[in-house]
Amino acid sequence: MIPAQFDYAAAESVAHALDLMASLGDEAKLLAGGHSLLPMMKLRLVAPTALIDLGQLTELAGLSTDGDELVIGAMTRHADLAASELARSEAPLLAHAAAQVGDPQIRHRGTIGGSLAHADPAADLPMALLALGGSVQAQGPGGTRRIAADDFFAGFFETSLAPDELLTAVRVPRRPDAAWGYQKFVRRANDWAIVGVAAADGRIALANMGSVPLRASAAEQALADGASAAGAAALAADGTEPAEDMHADGEFRRHLARVLTRRALEHRS
Amino acid sequence: MMRVELTVNGQRRSDDVEPRLLLVHYLRETCGLRAANVGCDTTSCGACTVLFNGSSVKSCTMLTVQAAGGEVTTAEGLAPDGELHPVQRAFRQEHGLQCGFCTPGMVMATVGLLAENPEPTEQQVREGLEGNLCRCTGYHNIVRAVLAAAGEQAAAGSATTAGSAAGERAGQ
Repeated sequence: MIPAQFDYAAAESVAHALDLMASLGDEAKLLAGGHSLLPMMKLRLVAPTALIDLGQLTELAGLSTDGDELVIGAMTRHADLAASELARSEAPLLAHAAAQVGDPQIRHRGTIGGSLAHADPAADLPMALLALGGSVQAQGPGGTRRIAADDFFAGFFETSLAPDELLTAVRVPRRPDAAWGYQKFVRRANDWAIVGVAAADGRIALANMGSVPLRASAAEQALADGASAAGAAALAADGTEPAEDMHADGEFRRHLARVLTRRALEHRS
Repeated sequence: MMRVELTVNGQRRSDDVEPRLLLVHYLRETCGLRAANVGCDTTSCGACTVLFNGSSVKSCTMLTVQAAGGEVTTAEGLAPDGELHPVQRAFRQEHGLQCGFCTPGMVMATVGLLAENPEPTEQQVREGLEGNLCRCTGYHNIVRAVLAAAGEQAAAGSATTAGSAAGERAGQ
């Protein structure tokens, strides 16, 4: 399968990328690792008129700390995030989530910024960011702003990034000692979650239980009120309306959310 | 068309390509290197696996222009002077193939895996080859071959015999 024709430009800096976005218009797409976008282009689900390749922006790759936050450059590949000692010690849930994406080849190319901006509700990193209460940094012609994970996922494959904004970095709180759990139910190797649950520090995020990654608010409230893991997990699917597909109907997904939340709250991964 | 410069199996190349030309098609049709197969064409099966700057990638899901300035190694590049690479030898000795379609991808994924983790456990081998499907379902001998290759490389006292690109990565 071959994508439709497009113009190609390699960005040489963040400023250059923003210029290219302005000049190439709304039908251009940013290319990070390409492991969501290129398959969609091959299937002709999308046909951008131009690609702006961020692959040379090494300044957007890598991890650092800033006060009580871990900062991950948007072009950091999943494999590098999963292997990072800094991530494994300061935000172990995030490093673990990166190690669950796809398979080794996919993790060598895919990036955290690309995955978050793609906003697949079944994906690992959006759920992880939400569970950690992290945020993303966006840069546009007017400057830089920060968007909390709770406000970032706006709809099915949709974020609150403006069309002229570039996601440059991801921030999560440094919590080396916080207990966490991560559960992903799949039927095949390297697949997306049929349902996923990430839990850390009293926050619970669900993957593929709606059009965006969701907080299990009722279960979180129960935990805050002193409920047991099992007691809180029983409420994990409250208020959700998961999609039905060939993998699972809605009732099965709600069942999975409850079971996986209990396991995640028992700090299993 | 765009001019792209990259290194394929140690040779510098400069070619005019369409931006939409996938790396696997570039390797097969422009370079005439047919080891990397187009299997599923959907980033699932791994038959198109090659090394890019020492890491395993699925060449059906990379544009050739994304490889500009980089170094690509295909199965052809593992045995440039005709002597089999230790991983190739192990696949042969352990009968790690049946129809052979997945084999170049399995071999390249293995070279990448052993560069990152020279002494994997059986479980790590199975997880490390998660991105490669064998349509004959001949997985047991493939895993055996990977473990044998790891053992041979360890015995040879170096995990950096895995081709120049993989060797560089192992040294990082």
